[in-house]
Amino acid sequence: MKVILRNPRREIVIDGRRRVHALLAELDLAREGHLVIRNGTLVHGDAELDRDDVIEIRPVISGGA
Amino acid sequence: MKCRTCREPAIIDLPRHNANFCAEHFLQLCRRQVAKAIHDHEMFTASDRILVAVSGGKDSLAVWDLLVDLGYRADGLYIALGIGEYSDESRGYAERFAAERGLVLNVVSLREEYGYDVPTAAKATGRVPCSACGMSKRHLFDTAALDGGYDVVVTGHNLDDEAAVLFGNALRWDVEYLARQLPVLPARHGFPRKVKPLIRLTEREMAAWCVVRGIDYIIEECPMAAGNRHLGYKEALNSLEEKSPGTKASYYLGFLDRMAPLLADLAATGADSVRPCARCGAATGVADEHAVDGEIVCAFCRLVERSAAHAPVSVDLVRKKSRAERRATMEVEAR
Repeated sequence: MKVILRNPRREIVIDGRRRVHALLAELDLAREGHLVIRNGTLVHGDAELDRDDVIEIRPVISGGA
Repeated sequence: MKCRTCREPAIIDLPRHNANFCAEHFLQLCRRQVAKAIHDHEMFTASDRILVAVSGGKDSLAVWDLLVDLGYRADGLYIALGIGEYSDESRGYAERFAAERGLVLNVVSLREEYGYDVPTAAKATGRVPCSACGMSKRHLFDTAALDGGYDVVVTGHNLDDEAAVLFGNALRWDVEYLARQLPVLPARHGFPRKVKPLIRLTEREMAAWCVVRGIDYIIEECPMAAGNRHLGYKEALNSLEEKSPGTKASYYLGFLDRMAPLLADLAATGADSVRPCARCGAATGVADEHAVDGEIVCAFCRLVERSAAHAPVSVDLVRKKSRAERRATMEVEAR
């Protein structure tokens, strides 16, 4: 699957299927700090991602106070 | 996974509620949390004129959207901070949001109206960029609200923001800041009322609100904020949250329930100690005022004076690289 990461924007390719939780863990990304979006739609942590999916992992933490 | 409310397929899991929600019931949850914050803390009423501090990011656009959705009258104010392409893009998001919904967005440009920008102010004053930015925004939002006849200024500070600030203040035991860290700052002597309706919702929930509602916002992090202490506090709290869901909410909302009342007397101290700035006329607190040639001059006017006299500074001269950028660079170098 193609995975789009942000800050800075970049793309990586992951072989095979994954559950959302497993993909985040594999990339060492905290669930609380990210949303996972497939084709413009949010997917929950247990959703299974197919090898043909295009996935955006969107960080949600912003700085400044 | 199924929605807790309707048993339809869920789109988001919220461990702190030990629940999953479909789009419709996730939005309902957010509306109820905001309505509860507004009600419990008596933030404003339906007859108040509201000014929303808008940055083009997820939180400010989400809170504006939520308030309009809940039936409040709310205009926006965007401050063009001059942080290179980041400011140009964020302004575009704010303007498109307002235009698509027929909302009023006021714009103030630091460079055009005051002769400086945030990178230059940071360099000229020796402040960290977030400090120069925050001071400029506070002053200009206050001034715009009073001049425009607004009853209240709304900011998009969310639960993560407030928990991180609380964490930092508690680490330093800065009791004066702790005493003032409230969701409502009452109007007083030249300062408008300021409120934070998103204190019961996390950053992840606000980003999800924007995705579900189809709100485009600037996703890229402010280049000036990269590596700041506040982000480190958020990461630390999120690490705790992953192990023990609900930690951030119990920490911050517990502070409001049980600790803030004990600090109420301290919060009131100094509330009346303000005087007008000799230059701009704005109210200035004792801690922020400074005598220049025998006159009381506010911190903003001093910042403008020093920054406008300084040659413009580019973003790259004052920014740090974020952890993600350093990581991406390492990924490229490792290939």
